[in-house]
Amino acid sequence: MRNRFRLVLPLVGLALAAGGSADAAGPGIFALTDVRVVRVSGAVIEHGTVVIRDGLIEAVGDKATLPPGTWTIDCKGLTVYPGLVDALSTWGLVNNPAPLAVPGGGRGGRGGGLPTPAPVITTVSGPSTPARGPEDRPFNTSFVKAADQLYPTDNNIEAARNGGFTTAVTFPAGNIFNGQGSAIDLAGDRIGQMVVADAVGQRILLRTSGSRSYPASLMGTIAYIRQIYLDAEHYRLARSIYEKHPQGLQRPAYDRTLEGVLASPRVLLPAVRAVEMERMISLAEELKLNAVIYGGQEAWRETELLSKVKMPVLVSLRFPEKPRDMDPADEESLRLLELREKAPGTAAALAKAGIRFAFYSDGLSNPRDLRKAVKKAIDSGLSPDDALRAMTLSPAEIYGLSDKIGSIDKGKIANLVVADGDLFADSTKIRYIFVDGTMFEPPNGVTTQ
Amino acid sequence: MKSWLLLLTFVTALSAADAPVVIQNATILTVTNGTVKGSIVLRDGRIAAVGEKVAVPAGAVIVDGAGKYVMPGIIDCHSHIMAEAINEGSVSVSSMVGISDVLNPEDIAIYRALAGGVTTSNILHGSANSIGGKTIVMKMRWGRNAEEMKFAGALPGIKFALGENPKRAGSAAAGGALRYPATRMGVEDVIREAFTEAKIYQADWAAYKAKSSRGEVAIPPARDLKLEPLVEVLDGQRLVHAHCYRQDEILMLLHVADEFGFKIRTLQHVLEGYKVAKEIAAHGAGASTFADWWAYKMEAQDAIPYNAAVLVRKGVLTSLNSDDPELTRHLDKEAAKTMKYGGLSETEALSLITINPAKQLMIDKRVGSLEVGKDADVLLYDGHPLSNLSKVVKVWIDGHSYFDRDRDLAEREAKQNQKKALTHVGQTL
Repeated sequence: MRNRFRLVLPLVGLALAAGGSADAAGPGIFALTDVRVVRVSGAVIEHGTVVIRDGLIEAVGDKATLPPGTWTIDCKGLTVYPGLVDALSTWGLVNNPAPLAVPGGGRGGRGGGLPTPAPVITTVSGPSTPARGPEDRPFNTSFVKAADQLYPTDNNIEAARNGGFTTAVTFPAGNIFNGQGSAIDLAGDRIGQMVVADAVGQRILLRTSGSRSYPASLMGTIAYIRQIYLDAEHYRLARSIYEKHPQGLQRPAYDRTLEGVLASPRVLLPAVRAVEMERMISLAEELKLNAVIYGGQEAWRETELLSKVKMPVLVSLRFPEKPRDMDPADEESLRLLELREKAPGTAAALAKAGIRFAFYSDGLSNPRDLRKAVKKAIDSGLSPDDALRAMTLSPAEIYGLSDKIGSIDKGKIANLVVADGDLFADSTKIRYIFVDGTMFEPPNGVTTQ
Repeated sequence: MKSWLLLLTFVTALSAADAPVVIQNATILTVTNGTVKGSIVLRDGRIAAVGEKVAVPAGAVIVDGAGKYVMPGIIDCHSHIMAEAINEGSVSVSSMVGISDVLNPEDIAIYRALAGGVTTSNILHGSANSIGGKTIVMKMRWGRNAEEMKFAGALPGIKFALGENPKRAGSAAAGGALRYPATRMGVEDVIREAFTEAKIYQADWAAYKAKSSRGEVAIPPARDLKLEPLVEVLDGQRLVHAHCYRQDEILMLLHVADEFGFKIRTLQHVLEGYKVAKEIAAHGAGASTFADWWAYKMEAQDAIPYNAAVLVRKGVLTSLNSDDPELTRHLDKEAAKTMKYGGLSETEALSLITINPAKQLMIDKRVGSLEVGKDADVLLYDGHPLSNLSKVVKVWIDGHSYFDRDRDLAEREAKQNQKKALTHVGQTL
């Protein structure tokens, strides 16, 4: 329906995109010709053609036959990449207050604790009466999906798209069991059209109540997680027994928090420091979870363990920095200083060890800052190919979406970014962005700087 | 040819583990077998020999112990170091939580404890709750990860707390919503109720097992992580360490335990223990106390520095603990105080921080004294450990050198330079 509409008005073409001032236009068939194609999934094609039709990549190659009505874009001197993916995002959520510090950063050492991932708090379901234990299910919205809470008019969507991002895997935040993230393409009138996958995994955050309610400590939070997974297994077992022989048996109570946990194909566990990683991996092994670590700043110290358990890592692009207003008389620990120096090199260490990883924004909303951070990772030893993969095919693989997005392959969704040079170079300008085959031009040619 | 090959394989095997260590010509305080002026051999993580004369194994590192003293590694029965959370203070029964979930092997307090001669610490949940969380015994293997620091084979424990701390933690003064109990009566009730629930849980599982062995269709009870450790206590599989002060609450707890059919393994702090030493001995509980901390709250008013000595004389298995990262660094000096207050002998004083806490934690077959076959957890002092003027020079755990004062001093400059080089990294311009 949508594409036919655009074919009829090929020349009107302007400001048809959802929201914002970016230029979106044209018919449903595009061809990028004489373009350098960085596929990620295969060898680079120096002078190639990419054909887009009905929101999908119809053809990729040296040449292609162009159907009638194709809007041809001469991309001489330009390079096309798969659109960038933010592997753990807040884009699309309604409220975007300033990132809050999350408790549970650890008591070890004085003079500034190590940084923790700073998710954006959206809805906090704190109990009105104090929770008396895991049975009261505090801080648990495991059954929600980001797709049900998203707004296409979030300003971050357009800003991200202008910066080369075409997909965000957006997760709810604020609770311990937050619910499932959804992969959304960053353009559309209605959220339903934007959702690529509505439930890609449960996001866990190690917060405490901050009050007299359970859990008031990190120990309590971890014990709670353990109890929930035990309860979920029991729930599954009890329901299956009951369904087969209900007579004579007490019926198991319905529990939406357990339904949410059971419906999650994977679980995201936070860990910034090496100690936290060991802790989370140990928990995942104990509970037999299909887990993904997020945060990952000290992952360079845990490559052996991570590759042994084959756990993917979402690496935060918010590298730790020295606090601006620090008292010069304060002494920081050697470990903290080392973390600051080595954190940008974490991705390179993971790549070298063959551990699958992806980058995520961690609350940084400006795509320029994100690409700067990626450049820093490249300067610290990550190859540009691995850097690009960490923002395209790797997140797709981690979330089981690699048959749909993440590389320039026939049949995949047409999420592309066309730039006049190396995507992570300082002076490169982005010319076009395609999201689900709809073309956008960033205003005034957005550069990376 | 054959013997050459054998030697090669022997040497290769040695280099994989630590080289043997021989401390020569020292005064060796074995604690259980008197004092030996001679040498001690550490090999393959164990104490291989103690005596006036010993055979020196090939490739051994020789340590000159002339003028120096050797004793077993100190065991601190009550510590909160290396934990990133101490209290789950939201509920009065927090047996579902465990210190093992929040261990931080990078806590510098571990290294400082080592420098004070501590080789094993019993890491406890705090005293905010009548029934607290699960505890764990750790060796101070500085530089290893949390899993590698666990004392393999030590029985798990759980913390109870009586008196002011649990009842104050739930009060208006502590802030937040009120939490039962607010009195010592309530503390007793909380413990009774929890164990009553635990017995019901035990019975539910027994009933389910009986049903399913009869072939009947049944849904198993849901596992309750709060009640399972209490069932383990009832089964004697989990040791209870109970923080307490006043004689009335000590007697209360012993009665409750007798009634429900379990033992209190150790009473912690137990500052009025001297008043009820007979009853403590009759129950079979151990006591882990302070040398002379007192009067820091009402329930500590009647503390006396003779507490440990009285308990020892009455036949209670007694230890001294720190409950504090600073005090843990000089438990040896604390032990010495019991010689002045109470007239304990040198060996009795040293026992309070070695073989006695080992027995309390049921790890005495492995540690707590210098006997052949035990773990090579050994301290070298530059003077008698009980003297105020002496300090720890070297510490071995499992025969590996984890602390060396000379090495520490030598490394300081290099570390400072490393820090200076890194201090300007990461500054935003």
